[in-house]
Amino acid sequence: MSRKTTTAAAAACLTGVLALSACGGGGFSGGNNAPQATAKGPVKLTVMIGSSGDAETNAVKAATEAWAKKTGNTVEVIAASDLGQQLGQAFASTTPPDVFYTDASKVGTFAKAGNLYAYGDQVKDAGFLPALVKAFTYDNKFYCAPKDYSTLALEINPDLWTKAGLTDADIPKDWAGLEAVAKKLTSGKVTGLVIGNDINRSGAFIKQAGGWIVSEDGKTMTADSAPAKAGLAEVQKMMKDGVLKFSSDTSPATGWGGEALGKGVAAMTIEGNWISGAKKDFPDLKYKVVELPAGPAGKGTLLFSNCWGIAAKSQNQAQSVDLVKSLITTEQQMKFADAFGVMPSTEEGAKAFAAKFPDQQAFVAGGEYAQGPVNLPGFDEVMTKFNSQLATLGKGGDPNAWLAELQKNGTSAISD
Amino acid sequence: MASIDERPQDDVSASGARAGQVAAASAGTPTGPAGAPGARRAPRRSGSGIRGREGAAGWIFVAPMIVILGLFLVIPIGMALWVSFTNWQGNTNPFVVGQGTDVVGLKNYTDLFARDGLTRDNFMQSIGNTFYYVLLVVPLQTVLALALALLVNNTMLKGRSFFRTAFYFPSVTSSIAIATVFLFLFSNTGAVNAFLGFFGIDGPQWFSDSRGLLHLAFNAVGIDNPAWAQGEIFGRSLWDWLSGPSVAMFVIIFLVIWTTSGTFMLMFIAALQDLPVEIDEAAALDGTSRWQKLRHVTLPMIKPALFLVITLGLIGTWQVFDQIYVMGKGAPAGTTLSPAFLSYQQSFGNFRYGSGAAMAFVVFLIIVVLTRVQRYVLTDKDERKPFFRRGGRR
Repeated sequence: MSRKTTTAAAAACLTGVLALSACGGGGFSGGNNAPQATAKGPVKLTVMIGSSGDAETNAVKAATEAWAKKTGNTVEVIAASDLGQQLGQAFASTTPPDVFYTDASKVGTFAKAGNLYAYGDQVKDAGFLPALVKAFTYDNKFYCAPKDYSTLALEINPDLWTKAGLTDADIPKDWAGLEAVAKKLTSGKVTGLVIGNDINRSGAFIKQAGGWIVSEDGKTMTADSAPAKAGLAEVQKMMKDGVLKFSSDTSPATGWGGEALGKGVAAMTIEGNWISGAKKDFPDLKYKVVELPAGPAGKGTLLFSNCWGIAAKSQNQAQSVDLVKSLITTEQQMKFADAFGVMPSTEEGAKAFAAKFPDQQAFVAGGEYAQGPVNLPGFDEVMTKFNSQLATLGKGGDPNAWLAELQKNGTSAISD
Repeated sequence: MASIDERPQDDVSASGARAGQVAAASAGTPTGPAGAPGARRAPRRSGSGIRGREGAAGWIFVAPMIVILGLFLVIPIGMALWVSFTNWQGNTNPFVVGQGTDVVGLKNYTDLFARDGLTRDNFMQSIGNTFYYVLLVVPLQTVLALALALLVNNTMLKGRSFFRTAFYFPSVTSSIAIATVFLFLFSNTGAVNAFLGFFGIDGPQWFSDSRGLLHLAFNAVGIDNPAWAQGEIFGRSLWDWLSGPSVAMFVIIFLVIWTTSGTFMLMFIAALQDLPVEIDEAAALDGTSRWQKLRHVTLPMIKPALFLVITLGLIGTWQVFDQIYVMGKGAPAGTTLSPAFLSYQQSFGNFRYGSGAAMAFVVFLIIVVLTRVQRYVLTDKDERKPFFRRGGRR
């Protein structure tokens, strides 16, 4: 369930004049993205999803079934066991699935390789959160309709909180407050704050420090900027004080923040609303969700999302867009929210969600100031490399050197 | 490679010729071809007729295998080789140049060696990792397998079949299952650290420890990133090359030795059981010590098995994938990356199929060269053929 976004992407085009001309020039960008001749009459659509479980699969099946009945088409839903790999193979075939989940971090990779049909213009009136539209915009094109989203917030174990003599007034509002409570909460086996060991958690601190690793327009790297350094320096500082640990460094080691909270080795963690999945493993788990503390540059959190991608090779693009339109209505998105706890991607839906699930208010609030993942092509290996270095922060090391390397590798990936 | 490919053909033509002789010998029967008597006197002229037909029969017999090998081995390899010269992205036909696929020549290969960038960094790190991995796994698993084989081959040992099964057991278990069990064993609070803790040793965090073993050894004698190790080879400093396997990689090495030595033990047992008892007894009569007998009698006689085990070991270890896939996918800090895994990641994760295929071919070349070197080393000095001659069988 932990939707640790596999940081994505992939340089499809290699460098060199030949490759550049192929990618930049006409090639696929013209031909493939124009709506293709669409088959008339009833069609069969294939929808491939990366499902979190039966609840999600059944909900998607029910929703697509309803559309199929109304329009006289048929829809087959395939729950992939490894979505990324299965999509890669499907793109190589002549008949990829018509509609599929696309992670925000993969948009650039898929788009650059010419796998995605950019239909964003046809659905942009649905009232999506601006941050989501941005997350699925690559090269000034809004590619696909956001399916849902999640943001990071701070989860607190209320028992340990009261035991440490803390009250609601102590809920951290800034980094100093966070350090203070984490220190009070740390004792024995319990670490004040336990977070996942990659950029998808530590990155929130960078955002709070007022920066991000790529510029707003996605054209230049800003990984060696002052805010990026300040964000990681804060993580490192708390780590040196012993009040923050990566989940892989706790004893016993835990796979993610929810597990750390459930096993009682963490008093606080930073996760998205998928944290509720931890209740499956730890039925007694209690937590209180609050917004992340603000950094020197204000509030900041990270956003994760999937969209309904439509294949550039699909023969049924018009019907696919119609299907997607039926899936992104507020009513349908709230059904998904009820079934498997995701947050609707539209402003209206987010409000309805916050009203219905007041204890998840903090996640919805995060949508206002959240930063989406890097969605540039070729960034998969760049981020993998950086994450593997960042994961060793607990053993020492120089985050600024890693950021400098990230800057260098990212710059070369952008120019590829 | 060349010699392996040639062998079936040699055998085919040899047996074909033999079949021809048999046919010729029985050709005196009335049903024989009219020109048969003449054929015996002047084999060159009509021999081509008979042999030619026999040859055709031979080809028909081997045709199914040639088709299968061609379809599933030769043609895919050829296609992969082609892909390694292109920038194919996986969503078009790679053999139609222009529509998303362009021929980039040797660029995918030069990027691996000559172009400063992440691809080279990762690839060189994976080569370094795997070099240490092979360096430790192959000798250790061979020695362990031989030791186990000698042990269970000992007629004095009671319950031999039990031990044989026990030692072989890891080999028949799924490598994914074993790797998962090892994840538990070596977790921060796993059985291994609990055991070490029993002796008051604070065990490392196995899977998140990226420190190299050689680096640790250097550090122990007070050397840390010295000036003499700053030179760069393929974009990595000499100090990085000298890191040795990381602690995390060491766990994988340990796992692989433990799993595969059972398989190789079986091969050694098969070879040992082929040895005539008389020679053993003769050696004993000559008053050899156990060590002398092993060194000068047993080992030379099971040399073919030794060659097989080391060759299979070399090939298998350079292709290590599933353990890496399960146990960290390159983490921590890329110290468990292997070229096979990187090639997979590059192709199916990054859609850079050309680069991924190029990596696979570089590994293929490394394996071929190493196998050749090892074959040269294991051959008796007086039987050695020149090192770089193709085939070398005639």
